[in-house]
Amino acid sequence: MYGNAYISPEDAKRMNESTDDAENLEIFEARITRGEKIEPGDWMPAEYRKQLIRMIEQHAHSEIVGALPEGTWITRAPNFRRKLALIAKVQDEIGHGQLLYSAAETLGKTREQMLADLISGKSKYSNVFNYPALTWADVAVIGFLVDGAAIVNQVINQKGSYGPYCRALERICYEESFHLKQGHDNFVYLATGSPKQRAMLQEAVNRWYRPLLHFFGPSDRDSQHSEKLMKWKIKLASNDDMRNQFLDQYIPKIWELGLTLPDPELKRNDNGIWEFGDPDWAEFKRVISGDGPCNAERLEVRRYAEEAGRWVRTALMNKDERYVVPLA
Amino acid sequence: MAELNSLDPRVLRLDLKKIEDGDVATNTHLITYEVFHQEKRGKQAVHAGVVHASTPDMALVMAKETFGRRGKTAAIWVVKTSEIYTLASEDEDMFETTPEKLHREPGFYKVRDRIEAYQKRTAVPQQ
Repeated sequence: MYGNAYISPEDAKRMNESTDDAENLEIFEARITRGEKIEPGDWMPAEYRKQLIRMIEQHAHSEIVGALPEGTWITRAPNFRRKLALIAKVQDEIGHGQLLYSAAETLGKTREQMLADLISGKSKYSNVFNYPALTWADVAVIGFLVDGAAIVNQVINQKGSYGPYCRALERICYEESFHLKQGHDNFVYLATGSPKQRAMLQEAVNRWYRPLLHFFGPSDRDSQHSEKLMKWKIKLASNDDMRNQFLDQYIPKIWELGLTLPDPELKRNDNGIWEFGDPDWAEFKRVISGDGPCNAERLEVRRYAEEAGRWVRTALMNKDERYVVPLA
Repeated sequence: MAELNSLDPRVLRLDLKKIEDGDVATNTHLITYEVFHQEKRGKQAVHAGVVHASTPDMALVMAKETFGRRGKTAAIWVVKTSEIYTLASEDEDMFETTPEKLHREPGFYKVRDRIEAYQKRTAVPQQ
């Protein structure tokens, strides 16, 4: 019996284990090739640990920050049923953030450190949440299309190699299917409603079209270090493949309601590949590096929550407790 | 921080300037509890995940919110992560040969052939 078979956050040696250990690397890679999952106590290359922390942490931040644009509308939901659904969804997103922080934490980075890096701007969150939800129709577009895009990504990642992340994603995908359905319900309701409601929805669709194209990241031609991530099953599909899958699933659902998309070049080729006009990657870069419509507000609200709540956490802290990395 | 012109009335109500300086404390970290969830009476409690909390009571509240939001729940248990002892993962190979121990399986024991041979040999009337 061994106690504390955990990765201590102070255990720098273990965190930075060299990838030169050929024998361990071979065992590790063979395990992944066989389709087995990697668990927290296993040997893993330092680069695998680093990339996973980066990815899961970004995912966690996206859940927490993603609750903000929608949360804006909780106080102004058009009726009680929509308000109930929106509150439930926003609570889910925060819960997903907690699940993901814990999954990342099994790799040796503390939740506090991740939150600190979010606030300092060192680590990123999904760029799509740097745009505002200007009207109630934006909430419908987020619930249907942004969550739809997130589900494409998450269902694929669920087949990844790291056990704790896969388990978190399993629960997340189950709950996200409700987000998608309530979003679609809201979307269809507005699309089939009064001319004013339809116009409001069309405008929101126009606003979100480009951020949605950006959602899966730059084109494969401009995307770096994918090969190793694919081999280690950290990344399971290329940006362009995921984007295409999203367009294939969701564009028809927009068109079937007689709505349009602000892109005359958008069409599906016979080979199943979608073509679209230039999504303005310069804007993507500009927004992701801090100059988007809501970047400052998102971070400011997070910082406020962190700092205004600190006295509560300090009061709760028990100095005699020993922090160890969570088990799974 | 410049004035934020937020769409969110709740953000506008925050006194954002009040807390201007200071880093996020990184040296303070709530401990974690491992959560076990029993879906129905009569079923096993199964490990569901992790929550951060300062006391078992708070861990139970967090666990209820995180793992009891959907479906059925009969019971939730929490235990401090530091109180759980595990086998080292590199010792996993000690179980490698367990599936080969067929003498522990019911299917290993087959007597029908022997009974039939006996019946043939001794003329016990077959059923």
